[in-house]
Amino acid sequence: MEGNLNALTVVFTEFYYWITVVVMFLIHVGFCMYEVGVSRRRNHMHTLMKNTMVIPLVTVTFYLFGWWIYFGFQGGPGITGGIGDAPFAEPWSALMATHLSGPSPDLGVSGDEAALWSRLNGVFWAAFLLFSWTTASIVSGAVIERIRSGAFWMLAVVIGSFAWIIDAAWGWSSQGWMVKLLGYHDAYASGVVHGIAGGFALGVLIVLGPRLGKFRADGTPRDIPPHNRWLVTIGLFLIYTGFWGFYAACNIPIISPEGIAGQITGETWTATNIYLAPTTLSAITFNFIMSLSGGMMAAYVVSKGDAFWTYSGGLAGIISASAGNDLYHPIQALIIAAVVVVVIYKLHYWVERRFKIDDAVGAVAVHGYAGSLGVIIAGFMLWGQPSSPYEGFATINPLGNFLGAVIMFGLLGFLPGYICARILNAFGILRIPRKVELEGLDFEGDETYNASVAEVIAAEKAMV
Amino acid sequence: MSTNGLTSWAVDLKDVGAIYPFQGTETVLVIILLVFWIGWHVLQTRAETREFEHDLAADKSGDEQRKAIDRY
Repeated sequence: MEGNLNALTVVFTEFYYWITVVVMFLIHVGFCMYEVGVSRRRNHMHTLMKNTMVIPLVTVTFYLFGWWIYFGFQGGPGITGGIGDAPFAEPWSALMATHLSGPSPDLGVSGDEAALWSRLNGVFWAAFLLFSWTTASIVSGAVIERIRSGAFWMLAVVIGSFAWIIDAAWGWSSQGWMVKLLGYHDAYASGVVHGIAGGFALGVLIVLGPRLGKFRADGTPRDIPPHNRWLVTIGLFLIYTGFWGFYAACNIPIISPEGIAGQITGETWTATNIYLAPTTLSAITFNFIMSLSGGMMAAYVVSKGDAFWTYSGGLAGIISASAGNDLYHPIQALIIAAVVVVVIYKLHYWVERRFKIDDAVGAVAVHGYAGSLGVIIAGFMLWGQPSSPYEGFATINPLGNFLGAVIMFGLLGFLPGYICARILNAFGILRIPRKVELEGLDFEGDETYNASVAEVIAAEKAMV
Repeated sequence: MSTNGLTSWAVDLKDVGAIYPFQGTETVLVIILLVFWIGWHVLQTRAETREFEHDLAADKSGDEQRKAIDRY
Protein backbone atom coordinates (compact mmCIF):
# COMPACT_ATOMS: atom_id res chain seq x y z
CA MET A 1 0.00 0.00 0.00
CA GLU A 2 1.30 3.44 -0.94
CA GLY A 3 1.01 6.23 1.59
CA ASN A 4 -0.14 6.12 5.17
CA LEU A 5 -3.55 7.67 4.41
CA ASN A 6 -4.39 4.99 1.86
CA ALA A 7 -3.15 2.28 4.19
CA LEU A 8 -5.16 3.68 7.08
CA THR A 9 -8.29 3.96 4.94
CA VAL A 10 -8.03 0.36 3.76
CA VAL A 11 -7.30 -0.99 7.24
CA PHE A 12 -10.16 1.07 8.72
CA THR A 13 -12.49 -0.24 6.03
CA GLU A 14 -11.34 -3.79 6.74
CA PHE A 15 -12.07 -3.38 10.45
CA TYR A 16 -15.39 -1.63 9.76
CA TYR A 17 -16.72 -4.55 7.70
CA TRP A 18 -15.41 -7.08 10.19
CA ILE A 19 -17.48 -5.39 12.91
CA THR A 20 -20.58 -5.41 10.70
CA VAL A 21 -20.17 -9.14 10.11
CA VAL A 22 -20.01 -9.86 13.83
CA VAL A 23 -23.09 -7.72 14.51
CA MET A 24 -24.96 -9.37 11.63
CA PHE A 25 -24.43 -12.77 13.24
CA LEU A 26 -27.17 -11.72 15.65
CA ILE A 27 -29.66 -11.89 12.79
CA HIS A 28 -29.13 -15.63 12.73
CA VAL A 29 -29.29 -16.06 16.47
CA GLY A 30 -32.60 -14.20 16.22
CA PHE A 31 -33.88 -16.29 13.33
CA CYS A 32 -33.17 -19.51 15.23
CA MET A 33 -34.92 -18.29 18.41
CA TYR A 34 -37.82 -16.99 16.41
CA GLU A 35 -38.41 -20.14 14.38
CA VAL A 36 -38.05 -22.46 17.35
CA GLY A 37 -40.45 -20.23 19.28
CA VAL A 38 -43.04 -20.43 16.50
CA SER A 39 -42.74 -24.20 16.03
CA ARG A 40 -44.50 -26.71 18.24
CA ARG A 41 -42.59 -28.70 20.86
CA ARG A 42 -42.45 -31.89 18.81
CA ASN A 43 -40.55 -30.07 16.03
CA HIS A 44 -38.04 -27.95 17.97
CA MET A 45 -34.73 -29.56 17.19
CA HIS A 46 -35.41 -30.13 13.52
CA THR A 47 -36.59 -26.54 13.17
CA LEU A 48 -33.43 -25.31 14.85
CA MET A 49 -31.11 -27.45 12.76
CA LYS A 50 -32.93 -26.67 9.51
CA ASN A 51 -32.08 -23.02 9.95
CA THR A 52 -28.68 -23.50 11.56
CA MET A 53 -27.27 -25.62 8.73
CA VAL A 54 -27.94 -22.78 6.31
CA ILE A 55 -24.81 -21.23 7.75
CA PRO A 56 -22.23 -23.80 6.63
CA LEU A 57 -24.02 -24.84 3.44
CA VAL A 58 -24.45 -21.35 2.03
CA THR A 59 -20.94 -20.47 3.19
CA VAL A 60 -19.34 -23.30 1.24
CA THR A 61 -21.28 -22.58 -1.94
CA PHE A 62 -20.83 -18.83 -1.63
CA TYR A 63 -17.09 -19.43 -1.43
CA LEU A 64 -17.21 -21.71 -4.46
CA PHE A 65 -19.30 -19.58 -6.80
CA GLY A 66 -21.54 -16.99 -5.08
CA TRP A 67 -18.89 -14.34 -4.60
CA TRP A 68 -17.67 -14.67 -8.17
CA ILE A 69 -21.24 -14.36 -9.54
CA TYR A 70 -21.54 -10.93 -7.93
CA PHE A 71 -18.72 -9.57 -10.08
CA GLY A 72 -19.26 -11.80 -13.10
CA PHE A 73 -22.95 -11.02 -13.69
CA GLN A 74 -23.15 -7.24 -13.27
CA GLY A 75 -23.61 -6.75 -17.03
CA GLY A 76 -26.31 -9.47 -17.22
CA PRO A 77 -24.32 -11.06 -18.89
CA GLY A 78 -25.32 -9.88 -22.33
CA ILE A 79 -27.28 -6.76 -21.35
CA THR A 80 -24.71 -4.06 -20.68
CA GLY A 81 -21.63 -6.27 -20.89
CA GLY A 82 -20.29 -9.81 -20.95
CA ILE A 83 -19.22 -11.96 -18.04
CA GLY A 84 -17.17 -9.77 -15.74
CA ASP A 85 -13.55 -10.49 -14.98
CA ALA A 86 -13.01 -11.04 -11.24
CA PRO A 87 -9.88 -13.13 -10.65
CA PHE A 88 -9.80 -12.07 -6.98
CA ALA A 89 -13.18 -13.80 -6.41
CA GLU A 90 -12.30 -17.13 -8.01
CA PRO A 91 -12.12 -19.81 -5.30
CA TRP A 92 -8.65 -20.88 -6.41
CA SER A 93 -7.24 -17.32 -6.29
CA ALA A 94 -4.50 -16.58 -3.75
CA LEU A 95 -6.53 -13.45 -2.90
CA MET A 96 -9.26 -15.74 -1.52
CA ALA A 97 -6.78 -16.61 1.23
CA THR A 98 -4.20 -15.03 3.50
CA HIS A 99 -2.28 -12.57 1.37
CA LEU A 100 -0.27 -9.39 1.95
CA SER A 101 -0.61 -7.95 -1.59
CA GLY A 102 2.87 -8.70 -2.94
CA PRO A 103 3.40 -9.90 -6.52
CA SER A 104 3.46 -13.64 -5.94
CA PRO A 105 1.84 -15.76 -7.14
CA ASP A 106 0.53 -14.21 -10.38
CA LEU A 107 -2.82 -12.78 -9.25
CA GLY A 108 -4.14 -11.48 -12.56
CA VAL A 109 -4.87 -8.06 -11.03
CA SER A 110 -2.99 -4.75 -10.83
CA GLY A 111 -0.83 -3.83 -7.87
CA ASP A 112 -3.47 -1.36 -6.62
CA GLU A 113 -6.20 -3.99 -6.85
CA ALA A 114 -4.01 -6.51 -5.07
CA ALA A 115 -3.41 -3.97 -2.29
CA LEU A 116 -7.15 -3.46 -1.94
CA TRP A 117 -8.42 -7.02 -2.28
CA SER A 118 -5.73 -8.62 -0.15
CA ARG A 119 -7.14 -6.67 2.81
CA LEU A 120 -10.80 -6.40 1.93
CA ASN A 121 -11.70 -9.60 0.10
CA GLY A 122 -12.44 -11.65 3.20
CA VAL A 123 -14.52 -9.03 4.97
CA PHE A 124 -16.46 -8.03 1.82
CA TRP A 125 -17.08 -11.71 1.08
CA ALA A 126 -18.28 -12.29 4.62
CA ALA A 127 -20.57 -9.24 4.62
CA PHE A 128 -22.25 -10.44 1.44
CA LEU A 129 -22.32 -13.97 2.81
CA LEU A 130 -24.25 -12.83 5.86
CA PHE A 131 -26.84 -11.31 3.50
CA SER A 132 -26.93 -14.69 1.72
CA TRP A 133 -27.69 -16.54 4.94
CA THR A 134 -30.44 -14.00 5.60
CA THR A 135 -32.22 -14.63 2.31
CA ALA A 136 -32.25 -18.36 3.04
CA SER A 137 -33.31 -17.88 6.67
CA ILE A 138 -36.24 -15.71 5.62
CA VAL A 139 -37.55 -18.62 3.54
CA SER A 140 -36.82 -21.07 6.37
CA GLY A 141 -39.40 -19.59 8.73
CA ALA A 142 -42.25 -19.71 6.22
CA VAL A 143 -41.97 -23.45 5.58
CA ILE A 144 -41.48 -24.86 9.08
CA GLU A 145 -42.97 -28.08 10.41
CA ARG A 146 -43.61 -29.80 7.07
CA ILE A 147 -40.67 -29.31 4.70
CA ARG A 148 -37.89 -31.90 4.59
CA SER A 149 -34.66 -30.38 5.86
CA GLY A 150 -32.73 -31.83 2.91
CA ALA A 151 -35.07 -30.14 0.44
CA PHE A 152 -34.85 -26.86 2.30
CA TRP A 153 -31.07 -26.92 2.32
CA MET A 154 -31.01 -27.34 -1.48
CA LEU A 155 -33.43 -24.43 -1.78
CA ALA A 156 -31.25 -22.43 0.61
CA VAL A 157 -28.27 -22.84 -1.71
CA VAL A 158 -30.38 -21.80 -4.72
CA ILE A 159 -31.49 -18.55 -3.12
CA GLY A 160 -28.47 -17.90 -0.88
CA SER A 161 -25.63 -18.57 -3.26
CA PHE A 162 -27.28 -18.12 -6.63
CA ALA A 163 -30.57 -16.21 -7.09
CA TRP A 164 -30.02 -13.40 -4.60
CA ILE A 165 -26.42 -12.76 -5.62
CA ILE A 166 -27.53 -12.43 -9.25
CA ASP A 167 -30.03 -9.78 -8.19
CA ALA A 168 -27.29 -8.07 -6.17
CA ALA A 169 -25.03 -8.07 -9.24
CA TRP A 170 -27.85 -6.62 -11.35
CA GLY A 171 -29.37 -4.07 -8.99
CA TRP A 172 -27.07 -3.65 -6.03
CA SER A 173 -23.64 -2.93 -7.44
CA SER A 174 -22.02 0.17 -8.81
CA GLN A 175 -22.01 -1.22 -12.37
CA GLY A 176 -25.17 -3.36 -12.33
CA TRP A 177 -27.23 -3.27 -15.53
CA MET A 178 -30.44 -2.48 -13.66
CA VAL A 179 -28.82 0.58 -12.12
CA LYS A 180 -27.43 1.70 -15.47
CA LEU A 181 -30.49 1.13 -17.63
CA LEU A 182 -33.43 1.31 -15.23
CA GLY A 183 -32.07 3.77 -12.66
CA TYR A 184 -32.89 1.09 -10.06
CA HIS A 185 -32.31 2.33 -6.52
CA ASP A 186 -32.52 0.01 -3.51
CA ALA A 187 -29.79 1.16 -1.15
CA TYR A 188 -30.55 -1.08 1.87
CA ALA A 189 -31.99 -3.99 -0.07
CA SER A 190 -35.79 -3.76 0.24
CA GLY A 191 -36.08 -5.76 -2.95
CA VAL A 192 -32.58 -7.14 -3.31
CA VAL A 193 -32.70 -9.16 -0.07
CA HIS A 194 -36.28 -9.03 1.21
CA GLY A 195 -38.38 -8.86 -1.95
CA ILE A 196 -36.58 -11.80 -3.52
CA ALA A 197 -36.69 -13.90 -0.34
CA GLY A 198 -40.41 -13.24 0.10
CA GLY A 199 -41.10 -14.12 -3.54
CA PHE A 200 -39.01 -17.28 -3.27
CA ALA A 201 -40.85 -18.31 -0.10
CA LEU A 202 -44.22 -17.79 -1.80
CA GLY A 203 -43.16 -19.95 -4.76
CA VAL A 204 -42.13 -22.76 -2.40
CA LEU A 205 -45.24 -22.42 -0.22
CA ILE A 206 -47.60 -22.85 -3.15
CA VAL A 207 -46.06 -26.23 -3.99
CA LEU A 208 -45.43 -27.30 -0.38
CA GLY A 209 -48.96 -26.68 0.88
CA PRO A 210 -50.17 -25.77 4.37
CA ARG A 211 -49.42 -27.53 7.66
CA LEU A 212 -51.93 -30.25 8.56
CA GLY A 213 -54.80 -28.66 10.44
CA LYS A 214 -54.10 -25.13 9.26
CA PHE A 215 -57.41 -24.90 7.41
CA ARG A 216 -60.84 -26.06 8.56
CA ALA A 217 -63.04 -28.23 6.38
CA ASP A 218 -64.80 -25.11 5.09
CA GLY A 219 -61.44 -23.63 4.03
CA THR A 220 -61.19 -20.93 6.70
CA PRO A 221 -57.80 -20.69 8.41
CA ARG A 222 -57.01 -21.68 11.98
CA ASP A 223 -54.45 -19.78 13.99
CA ILE A 224 -51.58 -22.12 14.96
CA PRO A 225 -50.12 -20.22 17.91
CA PRO A 226 -46.37 -20.21 18.63
CA HIS A 227 -45.45 -22.52 21.52
CA ASN A 228 -43.34 -19.72 23.04
CA ARG A 229 -44.40 -16.18 22.23
CA TRP A 230 -41.68 -14.69 24.42
CA LEU A 231 -38.91 -16.49 22.52
CA VAL A 232 -40.38 -15.34 19.21
CA THR A 233 -40.32 -11.69 20.18
CA ILE A 234 -36.79 -11.80 21.60
CA GLY A 235 -35.71 -13.49 18.39
CA LEU A 236 -37.15 -10.60 16.42
CA PHE A 237 -35.44 -8.15 18.78
CA LEU A 238 -32.12 -9.79 17.97
CA ILE A 239 -32.89 -9.58 14.26
CA TYR A 240 -33.36 -5.80 14.70
CA THR A 241 -29.95 -5.65 16.35
CA GLY A 242 -28.28 -7.54 13.55
CA PHE A 243 -30.10 -5.36 11.04
CA TRP A 244 -28.00 -2.43 12.31
CA GLY A 245 -24.90 -4.27 11.20
CA PHE A 246 -26.55 -4.97 7.88
CA TYR A 247 -27.21 -1.26 7.32
CA ALA A 248 -23.62 -0.35 8.11
CA ALA A 249 -22.39 -3.15 5.86
CA CYS A 250 -24.33 -1.69 2.94
CA ASN A 251 -22.19 1.45 3.08
CA ILE A 252 -18.65 2.18 1.99
CA PRO A 253 -17.45 3.90 5.20
CA ILE A 254 -14.96 6.34 3.71
CA ILE A 255 -13.81 7.07 0.18
CA SER A 256 -12.42 10.04 -1.74
CA PRO A 257 -13.89 11.44 -4.97
CA GLU A 258 -10.73 10.19 -6.63
CA GLY A 259 -11.38 6.72 -5.23
CA ILE A 260 -14.93 6.75 -6.61
CA ALA A 261 -13.57 7.94 -9.96
CA GLY A 262 -16.96 9.19 -11.09
CA GLN A 263 -18.43 12.63 -11.65
CA ILE A 264 -17.96 13.98 -8.13
CA THR A 265 -15.46 16.84 -8.04
CA GLY A 266 -13.51 18.40 -5.17
CA GLU A 267 -11.66 16.73 -2.34
CA THR A 268 -14.38 16.01 0.22
CA TRP A 269 -14.24 12.40 1.43
CA THR A 270 -17.55 10.74 2.18
CA ALA A 271 -19.38 7.58 3.10
CA THR A 272 -21.39 6.15 0.22
CA ASN A 273 -24.11 3.62 -0.43
CA ILE A 274 -23.45 0.43 -2.41
CA TYR A 275 -23.70 2.41 -5.66
CA LEU A 276 -20.85 4.68 -4.46
CA ALA A 277 -23.26 7.63 -4.23
CA PRO A 278 -22.81 9.83 -1.15
CA THR A 279 -24.75 9.33 2.06
CA THR A 280 -23.87 9.39 5.76
CA LEU A 281 -24.05 6.92 8.63
CA SER A 282 -25.99 9.60 10.47
CA ALA A 283 -28.65 9.72 7.76
CA ILE A 284 -29.22 5.98 7.78
CA THR A 285 -29.27 5.92 11.58
CA PHE A 286 -32.04 8.53 11.65
CA ASN A 287 -34.00 6.64 9.05
CA PHE A 288 -33.46 3.15 10.46
CA ILE A 289 -34.86 4.14 13.85
CA MET A 290 -37.69 6.26 12.51
CA SER A 291 -38.86 3.57 10.08
CA LEU A 292 -38.63 0.97 12.86
CA SER A 293 -40.76 3.22 15.06
CA GLY A 294 -43.33 3.94 12.37
CA GLY A 295 -43.64 0.24 11.64
CA MET A 296 -44.01 -0.76 15.30
CA MET A 297 -46.59 1.92 16.10
CA ALA A 298 -48.71 1.11 13.06
CA ALA A 299 -48.45 -2.63 13.65
CA TYR A 300 -49.40 -2.29 17.32
CA VAL A 301 -52.60 -0.49 16.40
CA VAL A 302 -53.59 -2.58 13.40
CA SER A 303 -52.87 -5.89 15.18
CA LYS A 304 -54.54 -4.73 18.42
CA GLY A 305 -51.35 -4.96 20.43
CA ASP A 306 -50.27 -8.41 19.22
CA ALA A 307 -46.61 -8.80 20.20
CA PHE A 308 -45.63 -10.96 17.22
CA TRP A 309 -47.05 -8.53 14.70
CA THR A 310 -45.77 -5.45 16.54
CA TYR A 311 -42.21 -6.77 16.35
CA SER A 312 -42.71 -8.01 12.79
CA GLY A 313 -44.18 -4.61 11.92
CA GLY A 314 -41.02 -2.93 13.15
CA LEU A 315 -39.01 -5.16 10.87
CA ALA A 316 -41.38 -4.61 7.94
CA GLY A 317 -41.23 -0.87 8.60
CA ILE A 318 -37.47 -0.81 8.20
CA ILE A 319 -37.65 -3.08 5.16
CA SER A 320 -40.24 -0.86 3.47
CA ALA A 321 -38.12 2.28 3.81
CA SER A 322 -34.77 0.61 3.17
CA ALA A 323 -34.75 1.18 -0.60
CA GLY A 324 -34.46 4.93 -0.02
CA ASN A 325 -33.16 5.20 3.52
CA ASP A 326 -29.90 6.72 2.28
CA LEU A 327 -31.85 9.73 1.01
CA TYR A 328 -35.21 10.02 2.80
CA HIS A 329 -36.05 12.54 5.48
CA PRO A 330 -36.58 10.61 8.75
CA ILE A 331 -40.26 11.55 8.93
CA GLN A 332 -40.75 10.39 5.35
CA ALA A 333 -39.18 7.07 6.34
CA LEU A 334 -41.57 6.80 9.29
CA ILE A 335 -44.65 7.57 7.20
CA ILE A 336 -43.68 5.04 4.50
CA ALA A 337 -43.10 2.40 7.18
CA ALA A 338 -46.42 3.03 8.92
CA VAL A 339 -48.47 2.94 5.72
CA VAL A 340 -46.76 -0.14 4.28
CA VAL A 341 -47.09 -2.09 7.53
CA VAL A 342 -50.87 -1.63 7.59
CA VAL A 343 -51.06 -2.75 3.94
CA ILE A 344 -48.91 -5.86 4.36
CA TYR A 345 -50.72 -6.92 7.55
CA LYS A 346 -54.05 -6.85 5.70
CA LEU A 347 -52.51 -8.47 2.63
CA HIS A 348 -51.07 -11.36 4.66
CA TYR A 349 -54.47 -12.41 5.98
CA TRP A 350 -56.22 -11.80 2.66
CA VAL A 351 -53.75 -14.03 0.80
CA GLU A 352 -54.04 -16.66 3.54
CA ARG A 353 -57.84 -16.75 3.25
CA ARG A 354 -58.08 -16.38 -0.51
CA PHE A 355 -55.27 -18.68 -1.69
CA LYS A 356 -54.88 -20.99 1.35
CA ILE A 357 -51.22 -20.07 1.77
CA ASP A 358 -49.81 -21.11 5.15
CA ASP A 359 -46.88 -18.79 5.80
CA ALA A 360 -46.04 -19.76 9.39
CA VAL A 361 -44.15 -16.56 10.24
CA GLY A 362 -45.59 -14.03 7.81
CA ALA A 363 -42.29 -13.95 5.88
CA VAL A 364 -43.88 -13.32 2.51
CA ALA A 365 -45.67 -10.27 3.90
CA VAL A 366 -42.94 -8.87 6.15
CA HIS A 367 -40.15 -9.36 3.61
CA GLY A 368 -41.74 -9.89 0.20
CA TYR A 369 -44.65 -7.46 0.16
CA ALA A 370 -42.99 -4.82 2.35
CA GLY A 371 -39.74 -5.00 0.38
CA SER A 372 -41.44 -4.80 -3.01
CA LEU A 373 -43.73 -1.96 -1.98
CA GLY A 374 -40.70 -0.17 -0.55
CA VAL A 375 -38.88 -0.39 -3.87
CA ILE A 376 -41.91 0.93 -5.77
CA ILE A 377 -42.41 3.82 -3.34
CA ALA A 378 -38.71 4.76 -3.60
CA GLY A 379 -39.13 5.12 -7.36
CA PHE A 380 -41.69 7.89 -6.78
CA MET A 381 -40.05 9.51 -3.76
CA LEU A 382 -36.60 9.76 -5.38
CA TRP A 383 -37.81 10.45 -8.93
CA GLY A 384 -35.18 12.23 -11.02
CA GLN A 385 -32.34 11.85 -8.52
CA PRO A 386 -29.06 10.35 -9.78
CA SER A 387 -28.83 6.59 -9.24
CA SER A 388 -25.06 6.61 -9.54
CA PRO A 389 -22.05 8.93 -9.39
CA TYR A 390 -21.05 7.73 -12.86
CA GLU A 391 -21.99 9.35 -16.14
CA GLY A 392 -24.56 7.80 -18.43
CA PHE A 393 -26.67 6.05 -15.78
CA ALA A 394 -30.46 6.44 -15.82
CA THR A 395 -31.87 8.57 -13.02
CA ILE A 396 -34.13 7.01 -10.38
CA ASN A 397 -37.71 6.72 -11.67
CA PRO A 398 -40.98 4.95 -10.82
CA LEU A 399 -41.00 2.64 -13.84
CA GLY A 400 -37.41 1.51 -13.27
CA ASN A 401 -38.06 0.68 -9.65
CA PHE A 402 -41.40 -0.99 -10.45
CA LEU A 403 -39.69 -3.22 -13.01
CA GLY A 404 -36.96 -3.81 -10.45
CA ALA A 405 -39.51 -4.94 -7.87
CA VAL A 406 -41.03 -7.35 -10.40
CA ILE A 407 -37.58 -8.74 -11.27
CA MET A 408 -36.66 -9.20 -7.60
CA PHE A 409 -39.94 -10.63 -6.30
CA GLY A 410 -41.09 -12.42 -9.44
CA LEU A 411 -38.29 -13.31 -11.83
CA LEU A 412 -35.48 -14.05 -9.37
CA GLY A 413 -37.59 -14.87 -6.31
CA PHE A 414 -40.95 -16.51 -7.00
CA LEU A 415 -40.02 -18.31 -10.23
CA PRO A 416 -36.88 -20.15 -9.02
CA GLY A 417 -38.62 -20.99 -5.73
CA TYR A 418 -41.66 -22.43 -7.50
CA ILE A 419 -39.67 -24.35 -10.13
CA CYS A 420 -37.19 -25.83 -7.65
CA ALA A 421 -40.00 -26.82 -5.29
CA ARG A 422 -41.83 -28.50 -8.17
CA ILE A 423 -38.70 -30.47 -9.06
CA LEU A 424 -38.11 -31.55 -5.46
CA ASN A 425 -41.78 -32.48 -5.17
CA ALA A 426 -41.57 -34.54 -8.35
CA PHE A 427 -38.75 -36.55 -6.75
CA GLY A 428 -40.87 -36.96 -3.62
CA ILE A 429 -38.37 -35.24 -1.36
CA LEU A 430 -40.08 -31.89 -0.67
CA ARG A 431 -42.56 -32.69 2.10
CA ILE A 432 -42.33 -34.93 5.13
CA PRO A 433 -44.74 -37.92 5.40
CA ARG A 434 -48.12 -37.23 7.00
CA LYS A 435 -47.45 -39.57 9.93
CA VAL A 436 -44.14 -37.82 10.70
CA GLU A 437 -45.86 -34.44 10.55
CA LEU A 438 -48.42 -35.57 13.10
CA GLU A 439 -46.04 -37.34 15.50
CA GLY A 440 -43.44 -34.59 15.11
CA LEU A 441 -40.13 -34.24 13.31
CA ASP A 442 -38.25 -34.86 16.56
CA PHE A 443 -39.95 -38.23 17.19
CA GLU A 444 -36.84 -40.36 16.82
CA GLY A 445 -34.59 -37.87 18.58
CA ASP A 446 -37.07 -37.55 21.45
CA GLU A 447 -37.22 -41.32 21.84
CA THR A 448 -33.46 -41.48 22.25
CA TYR A 449 -33.45 -38.44 24.52
CA ASN A 450 -36.21 -39.80 26.75
CA ALA A 451 -34.56 -43.21 26.97
CA SER A 452 -31.28 -41.59 28.03
CA VAL A 453 -33.04 -39.42 30.59
CA ALA A 454 -34.91 -42.42 32.03
CA GLU A 455 -31.72 -44.48 32.23
CA VAL A 456 -29.77 -41.72 34.00
CA ILE A 457 -32.61 -41.09 36.46
CA ALA A 458 -32.86 -44.80 37.25
CA ALA A 459 -29.09 -45.08 37.68
CA GLU A 460 -28.90 -42.08 39.99
CA LYS A 461 -31.88 -43.23 42.08
CA ALA A 462 -30.14 -46.60 42.53
CA MET A 463 -27.22 -44.72 44.11
CA VAL A 464 -29.41 -43.11 46.81
CA MET B 1 -36.95 17.24 -12.59
CA SER B 2 -35.60 15.77 -9.41
CA THR B 3 -37.29 15.44 -6.02
CA ASN B 4 -34.18 16.68 -4.22
CA GLY B 5 -32.84 19.15 -6.80
CA LEU B 6 -29.87 16.99 -7.80
CA THR B 7 -29.91 15.43 -11.25
CA SER B 8 -26.31 14.25 -11.27
CA TRP B 9 -23.41 13.81 -8.87
CA ALA B 10 -21.18 16.11 -10.97
CA VAL B 11 -20.82 18.37 -7.94
CA ASP B 12 -18.28 19.29 -5.30
CA LEU B 13 -19.65 17.75 -2.09
CA LYS B 14 -18.62 20.77 -0.03
CA ASP B 15 -21.27 22.75 -1.95
CA VAL B 16 -24.09 20.24 -1.38
CA GLY B 17 -26.52 20.59 1.54
CA ALA B 18 -29.70 18.64 2.20
CA ILE B 19 -30.33 15.77 -0.22
CA TYR B 20 -33.68 14.42 1.03
CA PRO B 21 -36.66 14.68 -1.32
CA PHE B 22 -39.30 17.42 -1.20
CA GLN B 23 -37.22 19.95 0.70
CA GLY B 24 -39.35 22.79 2.03
CA THR B 25 -42.02 20.45 3.40
CA GLU B 26 -40.32 20.00 6.78
CA THR B 27 -43.06 21.85 8.70
CA VAL B 28 -45.75 19.72 7.08
CA LEU B 29 -43.77 16.60 7.94
CA VAL B 30 -43.46 17.67 11.55
CA ILE B 31 -47.22 18.32 11.73
CA ILE B 32 -47.89 14.86 10.26
CA LEU B 33 -45.56 13.34 12.86
CA LEU B 34 -47.35 15.18 15.66
CA VAL B 35 -50.74 13.97 14.43
CA PHE B 36 -49.38 10.43 14.07
CA TRP B 37 -47.99 10.48 17.59
CA ILE B 38 -51.11 11.92 19.27
CA GLY B 39 -53.39 9.79 17.11
CA TRP B 40 -51.53 6.68 18.21
CA HIS B 41 -52.17 7.48 21.89
CA VAL B 42 -55.87 8.03 21.19
CA LEU B 43 -56.23 4.75 19.29
CA GLN B 44 -54.16 2.81 21.81
CA THR B 45 -56.10 4.15 24.78
CA ARG B 46 -59.43 3.27 23.18
CA ALA B 47 -58.23 -0.24 22.35
CA GLU B 48 -56.91 -0.75 25.88
CA THR B 49 -60.20 0.41 27.36
CA ARG B 50 -62.08 -2.09 25.18
CA GLU B 51 -59.73 -4.86 26.32
CA PHE B 52 -60.34 -4.05 29.99
CA GLU B 53 -64.10 -3.89 29.42
CA HIS B 54 -63.89 -7.41 28.04
CA ASP B 55 -61.77 -8.52 31.03
CA LEU B 56 -64.26 -7.02 33.47
CA ALA B 57 -67.21 -8.66 31.76
CA ALA B 58 -65.58 -12.10 31.77
CA ASP B 59 -65.04 -14.59 34.64
CA LYS B 60 -67.84 -13.49 36.95
CA SER B 61 -67.21 -16.52 39.18
CA GLY B 62 -63.58 -15.58 39.82
CA ASP B 63 -62.35 -19.10 38.87
CA GLU B 64 -60.03 -17.82 36.18
CA GLN B 65 -58.65 -15.18 38.54
CA ARG B 66 -57.81 -17.82 41.12
CA LYS B 67 -56.14 -19.99 38.44
CA ALA B 68 -54.13 -16.98 37.23
CA ILE B 69 -52.96 -16.28 40.79
CA ASP B 70 -52.01 -19.96 41.23
CA ARG B 71 -49.93 -19.81 38.02
CA TYR B 72 -48.02 -16.86 39.56
